[in-house]
Amino acid sequence: MMKKLISTFSKVPLNLVIIIIALIWILPSVGLLVTSFRPSADVAASGWWTIFEHPFNFTWHTLENYQEVIVKIGIGKAFLNSLLITIPATIIPILIASFAAYAFAWMEFPGRRLLFIILVGLLVVPLQMTMIPVLRIFNKLGMAGTFPGIWLAHTGYGLPLIIYLLYNFISGLPSELFDSSSIDGATSFQIFFKVVIPLSVPALASVTIFQFLWVWNDLLVALVYLGGTPAVAPLTVRISALVGSYGQDWELLTAAAFVSMVLPLVLFLGLQRYFVRGILAGSVKG
Amino acid sequence: MRTRKITPWLYITPAVFLLTFFLIYPSIYTTYISLFNYNSEKFVGIKNYLYCFTNEIMLTSFRNNALWVIVFVPLTVFLGLIIAVLVDRVKYESIIKSLIFMPMAISFVGAGVIWKFVYDYRPASAAQTGILNAIRAALNLEPLPWLIQKPWLNNLCLIMVGVWIWTGFCMVILSASYKSIPRELLEAARVDGANEFKIFWKIILPLMKPTLAVVATTMIINVLKVFDIVYVMTNGNFNTEVIANRMYKEMFIFRNYGRASAIAVILLVLIIPMIIINIQRFREQEAIR
Repeated sequence: MMKKLISTFSKVPLNLVIIIIALIWILPSVGLLVTSFRPSADVAASGWWTIFEHPFNFTWHTLENYQEVIVKIGIGKAFLNSLLITIPATIIPILIASFAAYAFAWMEFPGRRLLFIILVGLLVVPLQMTMIPVLRIFNKLGMAGTFPGIWLAHTGYGLPLIIYLLYNFISGLPSELFDSSSIDGATSFQIFFKVVIPLSVPALASVTIFQFLWVWNDLLVALVYLGGTPAVAPLTVRISALVGSYGQDWELLTAAAFVSMVLPLVLFLGLQRYFVRGILAGSVKG
Repeated sequence: MRTRKITPWLYITPAVFLLTFFLIYPSIYTTYISLFNYNSEKFVGIKNYLYCFTNEIMLTSFRNNALWVIVFVPLTVFLGLIIAVLVDRVKYESIIKSLIFMPMAISFVGAGVIWKFVYDYRPASAAQTGILNAIRAALNLEPLPWLIQKPWLNNLCLIMVGVWIWTGFCMVILSASYKSIPRELLEAARVDGANEFKIFWKIILPLMKPTLAVVATTMIINVLKVFDIVYVMTNGNFNTEVIANRMYKEMFIFRNYGRASAIAVILLVLIIPMIIINIQRFREQEAIR
């Protein structure tokens, strides 16, 4: 009993350090959330933390900021654009990558190893190396500023990591699976759809979250291939433009930023396990 | 597995085509047009590269990217490691880890808005609404223009945003590696009378070295490509320019495709050592298989 008490007390500094770090990490986001619900006059007059001076007074909040950014400033439209960009730009590369990862993992063909080493090299090629030529081709084909253009671009850019992660998983499946299904006379397509895909669901979940967040949060690719036209611009592009034009209207900027964060945060909190698993598979392989 | 000769190609052709179209071919073409003038019509040799290494803003960009590497990389890896080791000792570990990891889920643009507000600056006469200057005001200090004051303060403030985002990533990987160290090993050292610091330096750190190397290379690659944070928060003004933002400006604002391509090539060259390290690591893993 005494010993337990002592060990609890000796842990006070440790707990204190951890809690301070956590507070530093979360405070900026709390400021964003609180400010997005405060009336604009209040935001200009006092810091967001002043609302905690009267913790039981809830009259400070308003939904006007959200109404203004979503309807008037067009963040609602941008949210829709982000969805229209992100969903296909997540599904297409994962579909293509699953086929490739399966072939790399379980089929013999000349050049397999070399191709895969090139793929590993492509993992970190800066996108800047590719933008001018691709943009020129897009301009010729009339694909610049269109959703199909950016779907394809995100597919090309996302493939190396997705193939690499899926390959790591699929190549780790037990080889008996393939032998026995092969003996039963199954074609490689049947094995792919009936064995590989169902068994790879955890890995597919990881890469889906990865690619979804990457595309949803992307600014550079959207800026280059879509541009700032409100008709097609996603949240990131619209908000970075707002930072320039609404510089001091913090209640609006924070509300817009929070709209852009809702979906990633929900995904993150709900599927954190797969997200972490994907990160671990991509960096340190056991 | 028995397959027809053509089958593997059916599986990989779409991927190979897209990789060639979006990554391989453009990279070669970009290297080629980096030797041409702004609209790629006249051959200019290495003129664009000379520009990159003599122009003042370009040199500032190189300096800032170097500063990012020197400050950001050790800080994220170190903080990630410390937090991973510390939270392992408390029961509410998973909540703290989620909190620190959360910035990874949101966009750099969102993070930029969050932190621009933290760094908000008003004249001393007005009420400070940015939390940092409010703290300074409470301590009777003059407010600081965090994002404007050259050359170190504003760059360091931008780097801190990066640290806030990426520490969670380092923490997650390092935490998994830390947890894989056999507990008996640490217990045995404690029984032998080693203190916690000694255990950390002599046992934990050496065992985690390979993972620390992986995390550090990933962070170096990130930092060399850093774009969004700078684009949103200062757009490279007040001496905060970085290579990737400069490339974007040459491409879209000055429409000088020759210079923009040369900058991209330089960025690639800086990253090539990391590519080689990655390939070597992949080969080692394959050899173990």
